[in-house]
Amino acid sequence: MLAFNFFGATEGGLFDINATLPLMAIQVVALTYILNSLFFKPVGNVVEKREKFVSNNIIEAKNKLSEVKKLEADLLTQLQSARTEAQRIVSEAESESDKLYKEALELANNEANASKEKARLEIESQTSAARDQLSKQADDLSELIVNRLILEK
Amino acid sequence: MFFNSLLTNFAALEVGQHLYWQIGNIRLHGQVFLTSWILLGALLVFISLGTKKMENDPKGLQNLLEFLWDYIRDLARTQIGEKVYRDWMPFIGTLFLFVFVSNWGGALIPWRLIKLPSGELGAPTADINTTIALALLVSLSYFYAGLSNKGWRYFEYYVHPTPIMLPFKILEDFTKPLSLSFRLFGNILADELVVGVLVFLVPLILPIPVMFLGLFTSAIQALIFATLAAYYIGEAVEEHH
Repeated sequence: MLAFNFFGATEGGLFDINATLPLMAIQVVALTYILNSLFFKPVGNVVEKREKFVSNNIIEAKNKLSEVKKLEADLLTQLQSARTEAQRIVSEAESESDKLYKEALELANNEANASKEKARLEIESQTSAARDQLSKQADDLSELIVNRLILEK
Repeated sequence: MFFNSLLTNFAALEVGQHLYWQIGNIRLHGQVFLTSWILLGALLVFISLGTKKMENDPKGLQNLLEFLWDYIRDLARTQIGEKVYRDWMPFIGTLFLFVFVSNWGGALIPWRLIKLPSGELGAPTADINTTIALALLVSLSYFYAGLSNKGWRYFEYYVHPTPIMLPFKILEDFTKPLSLSFRLFGNILADELVVGVLVFLVPLILPIPVMFLGLFTSAIQALIFATLAAYYIGEAVEEHH
């Protein structure tokens, strides 16, 4: 009546070991082969193909990134040299214009000085001429006055 | 009186009774094969549906199967090691899937609704024959793995740190299949019995947490079985220096 009486049972019982054991083992081995061809191989192929694809892409991207970095550095040095070149040109032009300005200034100064000198000389000569004429007229006038005084007497 | 009727009804759980199939001279536990065929058939249908149209961008079922594959690969790789895990991954995976499907199938499908002339349907892993078959396969495979990878040097493992270990290591070859088979058998049978008894005593609500616990145990047992099998194989192929 009580089914828990499984030890010593001639028929049945929990520990009844029979041909189920080897057949189950064969079944599991067969299942291993079936699952290998149905599941493990195809899924493994797909997963590993994708993993390879991803890792290849990562490597490629890394290569591209390093190339980009190299190009960037190249461009940076080019930019730097262009900048210094431009600076040089600008400073050259500045000094050139400075020189030209100074030259022109000097020229103009000289010219102005020369014409000032000329004018001064002219004024001086005219002044002296006028003074001579004036003193001559004074002499004449004094002579005339003297003569008149003498005649009247 | 009550106790007496309890015992008779306990008998209704039909512990240790089998549906016998007689083929010539050999006797089989029919209920084990019936449930295992149903569950493995379902597993194979599920897998062939999922692998029917494999794409590089996984969708639906393929995603799940790839997750499963990855899980089994990680398990095999961590236990067996990078070098030979590929050879043993299908075996470990089959063990895991077989035990898992058997345990969960036994716990989730209301087999008791199907009446058999004798015995009752349940998890195939609740039968000692199944678990011993699995455990012996594990024993054979770790011997085979060790011998095929290292030849006769495999037996260095028995005297590895010191020769004093020899008797213990020999004893281990017997305790490994014993513990593997009885752990699985005991856990699954105990779960079935506890749920059966609780359903009989309190048919409402109360068995539900125990059923969930049973599902948890079932999954854990599958993982433990596969992990230990992989660990034994890994131990056999490991190189000592």
